This record gives sequence, C-alpha cells and structure tokens, in this order.
Amino acid sequence: MTDPIEHTLKAGPQGAAQDAAGAAVRLRDRIADQGLADVVYGEVDSPFGVLHAALTKRGLVRLAFPEEPENDFLQELAGKLSPRIVAGDSALDRVKRELDEYFAGARRRFELSLDWVLITPFAKRVLHKTAAIPYGGHLSYAEVAAEAGSPRGARAAGNALGSNPIPIVIPCHRVLHSGGGLGGYGGGLDRKRFLLELEGALTPALPGTPPRRR
Amino acid sequence: MRAALVSSPTTTPRESKTSRIGLGRRFIGVTLSLPPFQNMIDVHGEDVWRVLVASVGKDDAEDCYQETFVSALRAYPKLRPDSDLRAWILTIAHRKALDVHRGRARHAVPVAEIQEPADSNGRPGPSPNSDRDDGLWQAVHQLPERQRSAVVLRFVGDLAHSEIATAIGCSEEAARRSLHEGLTKLRKEVLTA
Repeated sequence: MTDPIEHTLKAGPQGAAQDAAGAAVRLRDRIADQGLADVVYGEVDSPFGVLHAALTKRGLVRLAFPEEPENDFLQELAGKLSPRIVAGDSALDRVKRELDEYFAGARRRFELSLDWVLITPFAKRVLHKTAAIPYGGHLSYAEVAAEAGSPRGARAAGNALGSNPIPIVIPCHRVLHSGGGLGGYGGGLDRKRFLLELEGALTPALPGTPPRRR
Repeated sequence: MRAALVSSPTTTPRESKTSRIGLGRRFIGVTLSLPPFQNMIDVHGEDVWRVLVASVGKDDAEDCYQETFVSALRAYPKLRPDSDLRAWILTIAHRKALDVHRGRARHAVPVAEIQEPADSNGRPGPSPNSDRDDGLWQAVHQLPERQRSAVVLRFVGDLAHSEIATAIGCSEEAARRSLHEGLTKLRKEVLTA
C-alpha cells in the first residue's frame, strides 16, 4: 500500500533530528548576539531548587520559585511583555553569579539592573522602599506602607509585596509584622525564614537543610 | 512579503499540534495570546529543518533555517494568536528555500560545470542503503519549482493541500496537480536511475 517513494519522502532527510538540534543552538546564539528577542529566560540554581529568571534589555524582570510551572511563567511574560521570548544561556550568567554569591553569604547587595515594568505604580513605591532595606535589616509592613505614602496601610503594602515579580533580589522577605511575626511570603514562610537567617536577621531556630518545596 | 505572511488565512487548524503549543487556549475567555517564541523553535524546528534539507539540501539548509526563524521572530508579535503556527513557519521556510533556488538559477547560468558540485551538495558520509534515497532527494531538488514545493510541503512538511496552496500562492486544485505531477516525475526518475 505504502509507496516506497512517499515513504522515503515522509521519513525525511537522514540525521535531521541531530542536525536540527545543532541549528537550533546556533540560532539561539545568533538571536542573543543580535539582541533579537524581547525577553530571554533560563534556569538559575539555588538552595530552593531551580529558579526561572527572565531578562529584558533593561534587566532582570522576573524571578520565579521552582514550583511555578515553566509554561505559566513563560505564558505570563508572553502575554504581559512580548511573545518574542527565547531561552538564553550566557545572558543569564550575571544573574546566576550574583545569586550564587548571595546564597553563599558573599554578596550583601545585588548590582543587577532590574526592569520594573511588571510592577504597578503603587507596588513600585512599596518595593522601592523595600529595596532600600539593607542586608540583615527589616521593616514592618506599616513602616513600609508609611514610607511608600500609602493611605491604605499595611495590608495594601502586604499585597504589593506579594506581587513582587523579582523576589530575593527585591528583598520583600525583609518586611515583617511589627509584633515580630514573620508575616507572609509568596515563596512560603520557610523560605522567608531561610533568607532572614542567611542574612543574620534571624537566629536559626533549628539547624536544617534549605526548604525545598515539591 | 512579511505582511502577507502575517495575514495569511489559516484554513485547517491542526488540533493536536496547535493544542500542544497553543497555551493561550487555557486562558480562553480572557485573551488568546501567542505562545513564547521558544516553543516555535522547540516544537517546529525539526520540521522546518527537514523541509529545508529536502528542498535545498543540507549545505544551504543551515542559512535558510536561520533566516526562517529570524524572519519569523521579527514578525511574530503581529501574528494572530489563533493562526496555525506550524503552517505559518513552514510557509516562511518554503519562501526562504525558494530564494535559494532562484539565487542558484541566477548564478548557475554562465558556467554549467560549476553547478554540478554545488548542486550535488555533499552528504559526505551517506549511511548504508541510502544511495537510492540520495538519488530521490537529488531528484526532488531538481523538480520544477512548484512541483518541488508541493512535494516537500506535502510529504516532508505534512501540510494539507489547502495549506500548501496558501504557502505557494495558488489554488488548492493547482496544488494537487503540482503534487501529482511532481510525484509522477520522481517515480519515473528513481525507477529509471
């Protein structure tokens, strides 16, 4: 039934899968070299597991915890920023290096450039104040709200912090309840505690391994 | 040309293939958005490569592949989210392949002998039993333009007749006819080889 010629045509040229994979790598390099993509993303290892990072030409625009599905992460960026999104490699070197240093306790402030485009105007005021909290320090939700000139108070500040698209680097983990409680954290309170202990803002309650969520 | 590609109507959506990449569908009722461009490369890169190698040979396929995806990346944000992305990218690949063939035709006129090595464009280490296949691919490369496009897009690209017609810019009937003529010619060539 199957015509041998049609069969060969359908099977396609030999070795195509491998050759196509090579061509895809060269394509990625070319897109990076010529800056053809609007968003470049990749994986960054951390004590929490593999984070996803996205960069625009302005800087780091998004950092996602491991439990956020890659597809959701990408589709959100495609919808909000641009569908011209490609996987990058060397573009993320600096992000990887600074995060590695931070988690090793060797970096107290990030020098990465950030793109604030995903942050709403009110959240921007809150997160700017948050970004100014020094390593090892902390503020209360009410203090951050007051500094951001928020008429809506601590709860609104909490929502703004919860919407932080670049956690860890914009240190929303440094905002706590005024009574001394940890408050909330988009990545989970275990991680908030871990980061505060790493920075020496909290003394470790129990020795343990970094919290990984599955 | 790019604008024409972007607005190409899509006639037969391939449910199975688009749903794999049409992540925007999950947000149906909100906005249908294009999947990240990386999906185009991951999902369709190999098909683009196959179509290009089948059409222009391996040596020229590399440049065509790069040009296909760079053009696609530039035009991508203007594409309608409900477009058939596979047919769209294969159509771009088809046009890049045409450029190569037309370029060859222009340059090959003065010195006929030089055309031969360029055209037989080396698959240096052919695997065993691929001699007949090589002959077939050679014959495909040498088909008349429209027949070659129809054969490659149909069998290697797995496009529907209507999609081939859109890609080539002819009627569906003409696409069927070109396909038939191309296949007949290939059978004759390979059998007499």
